[in-house]
Amino acid sequence: MTTRAPDHELARDQNWSRLMAAAQDGDRAAYERLLHEILPFIHALAARQHRAPDRIEDVAQEVLLTIHRVRHTYDPSRPFSPWLAAIARRRSIDLLRRRGRIEAAETSNAEAYETFAAPVANRQEAGRDAKATLGRAVAGLPPRQRQALELVKLRELSLADASRLSGKSAGALKVNVHRALKALRARLKAE
Amino acid sequence: MQDATHRLIERLVESTGPVRRLRPPAVRAALWLLAVLGLGATTILLFSDLPLFARRARDPKLDLELVGTLLTGITAVVAAFHLSLPDRSALWALLPPPWFALWIASSAYSCYRHWISFGPDGWAIGESAECFRFILAAGVPLGVSLLVLLRRSRPLAPARVAAVGGLGVAALAAFLLQFFHPFDVTFMDLSVHLVAVGIVVAVSTFAGGFPAK
Repeated sequence: MTTRAPDHELARDQNWSRLMAAAQDGDRAAYERLLHEILPFIHALAARQHRAPDRIEDVAQEVLLTIHRVRHTYDPSRPFSPWLAAIARRRSIDLLRRRGRIEAAETSNAEAYETFAAPVANRQEAGRDAKATLGRAVAGLPPRQRQALELVKLRELSLADASRLSGKSAGALKVNVHRALKALRARLKAE
Repeated sequence: MQDATHRLIERLVESTGPVRRLRPPAVRAALWLLAVLGLGATTILLFSDLPLFARRARDPKLDLELVGTLLTGITAVVAAFHLSLPDRSALWALLPPPWFALWIASSAYSCYRHWISFGPDGWAIGESAECFRFILAAGVPLGVSLLVLLRRSRPLAPARVAAVGGLGVAALAAFLLQFFHPFDVTFMDLSVHLVAVGIVVAVSTFAGGFPAK
């Protein structure tokens, strides 16, 4: 049922297996040669799941670290490539998952900062918007109406106090407040 | 970036030295199982009521249950040792479930019978609590020793290895329990067994889930 690997792959695997067995016995030169030789193999496996070159390199580094940590689990009587491929696949998937988790936590959604689905959640935003609109509308009133509105409605002064402050008669203030409110209503309705 | 990888290789090579290869997983599993079954046999000979057990063992349902627990235990431990290595098939995890099913089905059958014949008495707690304590008390030392061995493989998927190993431990504890169990399984017993097994599996998964150093 197993498909036979081509001869060159078989020879390569046997070579890696010998190098790893020597590395397990403490042969540093064999270990160094092995790690350099398997690097393209790891890159190729990582490239199946990752596109960005720096991410492929991240996988390669994690695979090398894992190989180092579990090198005592390799059994030289068995082929080396499946052992290596299992580690590479695992680390590659781990990295994908980690990336997925980070991205899931960091979703960038510009609208999320401005508005939410529930109207209640938008009160603050709506309030801020309304304040700006109202501010613009008030600024657009004739000076006399604006002054009357500010003193009587916004600062909530009595007509007598407003009259003293502005030097206008109470009647004039009343008329100007009334006109101002009417103008604002018309203006806000239009927007 | 590539330079960083080459520097990493240099550092790994500098820090390497001879390592002790692990023995084949089947050998490691067999050694652990032999030690546990040896201890179990000693405990049974010293402390259990064997004549009572012999009378209960005439019931084929109990025999099925014994076979179920023992084989769940053995297959799960063997599977855990294999799964702890990077290059062994994940299919090893499928070895214990059929025996686990046999164990649960045979216990469930006898508890169903008793529930029918005893009525509400089948629900009484009391002896069940003893079994609960037994499975946990036997499971903890067995589980710890097994996890220590399994961690030597620095498994890539530690939680899965620990879960399968935990199932093996819980099953072996339930097997030993049968020799100290003066009655057949009731509905309450079965639930209690399952909860105890679940706790052993969960604790070992949690403990084994920490990345090995």
